Amino acid sequence: MFWTYFFILIAVFVLATFYGRSRSLQVVNGQLSALHSRPGYHGGFLAIVTVVPALIALIVWVIVAPNIMNNIVSSQSADFMSGLSKPAVEAFLRDARALAFGGIVGFVDAGKEHAAEIYKSLNTTSNILMGVIMALLVAGGFFYGVRTIQPQMRARHFVERSVMALLILCSAVAIFTTIGIVLSLIFESLRFFQQVPILDFVFGTHWSPQSAFIGAGAEATGTNSEVFGAIPLLVGTMLITFIAILVAAPVGLLSAIYLSDYAAQPVRAVAKPMLEILAGIPTVVYGFFAALAVAPFIRGWGESFGLTVSSESALAAGVVMGIMIIPFVSSLSDDVINAVPQSLRDGSAGLGATKSETIRRVVLPAALPGIVSALILAISRAIGETMIVVMAAGLAANMTINPLEAVTTVTVQIVTLLVGDQEFDSAKTLAAFALGLLLFCITLALNVFALRVVKKYREQYD
Amino acid sequence: MEMTAGNVQQADLNGALPVTEDGVPIKMRANQVTVHYGEKQALFGVDLNVRKSNVTALIGPSGCGKSTFLRCLNRMNDTIDICRVGGEIVLDNEDIYDPKIDVVELRARVGMVFQKPNPFPKSIFENVAYGPRIHGLAQSKSDLEEIVATSLQKAGLFEEVKDRLDEPGTGLSGGQQQRLCIARAIAVSPEVILMDEPCSALDPIATAKVEELIDELRENYTIVIVTHSMQQAARVSQRTAFFHLGYLVEEGKTNDIFTNPKDQRTQDYITGRFG
Repeated sequence: MFWTYFFILIAVFVLATFYGRSRSLQVVNGQLSALHSRPGYHGGFLAIVTVVPALIALIVWVIVAPNIMNNIVSSQSADFMSGLSKPAVEAFLRDARALAFGGIVGFVDAGKEHAAEIYKSLNTTSNILMGVIMALLVAGGFFYGVRTIQPQMRARHFVERSVMALLILCSAVAIFTTIGIVLSLIFESLRFFQQVPILDFVFGTHWSPQSAFIGAGAEATGTNSEVFGAIPLLVGTMLITFIAILVAAPVGLLSAIYLSDYAAQPVRAVAKPMLEILAGIPTVVYGFFAALAVAPFIRGWGESFGLTVSSESALAAGVVMGIMIIPFVSSLSDDVINAVPQSLRDGSAGLGATKSETIRRVVLPAALPGIVSALILAISRAIGETMIVVMAAGLAANMTINPLEAVTTVTVQIVTLLVGDQEFDSAKTLAAFALGLLLFCITLALNVFALRVVKKYREQYD
Repeated sequence: MEMTAGNVQQADLNGALPVTEDGVPIKMRANQVTVHYGEKQALFGVDLNVRKSNVTALIGPSGCGKSTFLRCLNRMNDTIDICRVGGEIVLDNEDIYDPKIDVVELRARVGMVFQKPNPFPKSIFENVAYGPRIHGLAQSKSDLEEIVATSLQKAGLFEEVKDRLDEPGTGLSGGQQQRLCIARAIAVSPEVILMDEPCSALDPIATAKVEELIDELRENYTIVIVTHSMQQAARVSQRTAFFHLGYLVEEGKTNDIFTNPKDQRTQDYITGRFG
């Protein structure tokens, strides 16, 4: 029923647009110059006042109606539902709804049939009621709008403000989603920190959540807070990120310089999209590339020097991750280097500077803020990257800075904590939220830090 | 006054320079210069003598090739891929398009000031020190400081900025920025300074200051200036060349060009009938 109403409203919107337009011309007898706003704005005005109140009512109805119906049904079939547990009540209502509106029913009994009848009649009532309310709102809005259309009416201002409201609404969705995610991270983490002291988590050096439970079987109730030390994970994350940046920063930056200042136009036209394709390769592909090609190669290479190399090593994961983030560095840096005005390059060349001197001393300093933010974006990507490290870096929480050993990262541990059948309120599962929060704090701090650095050292060219 | 490295070199070569019929040494000589941008020909066989210690103004309507010609004189056109230059341009008896010539060295000898002030996003000091640094002109920090101070003085900017040399050059006013760019060009002790409409982005007061400066610089440097303003050409230059549709129509004493032009097109242009 929602969609029927919705499409009716859209049709009304279109019709109202046309009617408003012709109505506005009608009130001035076709004399355009007598109108404050052009006819199109009057059309928009009429459409908005006609449709938007009804649309809001419709959305509220869709959200609220099922709850109200559930409550009414529950109270009217209370004698069938007495003594049922909460999940059983939900199952009862679900089956009743399925009986009423079609769907898969668990099993049928008299109580559910009774409830289904109530659902059916309620639903009919609600649909009719909603139809009436919407018709009233549409009609009211329409007549108000038609009466308001006058030569001096400021329809343009109204429409412009409505557009702004729509834009604000959309950005609010993005902002509130972010806030919601952060809040849920914080609250779940707080539950975790009730079981494991925050200091043990942030500064602990032992990570082994599989042995979190004290006792065995059904007696395993206590939580051993000693095994939730996040430091090994952080060290692993940092090590791999560091290796990745060591690969991506020089390769990305230098290729950006080549592309922007040295490459001929045809080369650039081919090479830049090619580089950007790297960003389009799914990370899981990089992952098995790392695990199946790079890691064995590094192990073989290391053993030929007599080094002990684990078959899942930080080096393999880091190098492949570095390759993955090259396009972030190169593409963004290329853009900012290109944005440095040609006049600065000319000025430098006019003083007898060579191309490389110009780039080193004029172009790069001017492009520095953009380059730093490209690097920061790449680092954030590397820190949050999961698939490559799951496959290539291993699961062992070794605290080491030897790139030839297996390490694990924050993201990998979040995956292993949440994959499979888990109790949601155990310390083990909640630890994932705490790790997520930690990761979020680190990338946030990194961003703030980078912004400050950029502000301090930027050379502003306009 | 202390002799800078550039001046000494200039003095040594003086004897060898060819002279014009009225006895002025010729610093740069263009011989049948043509320029193509891809298929389109922008300059047709330009012959021009640039006289030493003179200001030569290049005038003409938009698109006449005067800026193109100017950019040939220190090979700035090299940075444009599709640009081809033909003919011969001689600086002190050397063909600057000879493969043996080092463009970097050439541009140190033939400096350039651009239409829009383009100070680097660095401090005032670093802007001026840029050229001396890349060419290794200063032995020590005090040498460098002296070069910077002298250059700023010559550009008439020193008094205005001496207390804030470490502030960004981009924070100066438009006229100050342009004088900073001139100081920056002077700092590498060029022999010739090319100016591409140096005042077109400036207000009248800043323009007057820069024009005054150009006149002072004439003593030590050979200057070629492209300008849209005929009044400016008349005020600052000794020689004027009129370009039209890629041809050099007429060249002569500024006074003669403006009072007694030989060519009808020049006459029409300076009296405002076109352009």
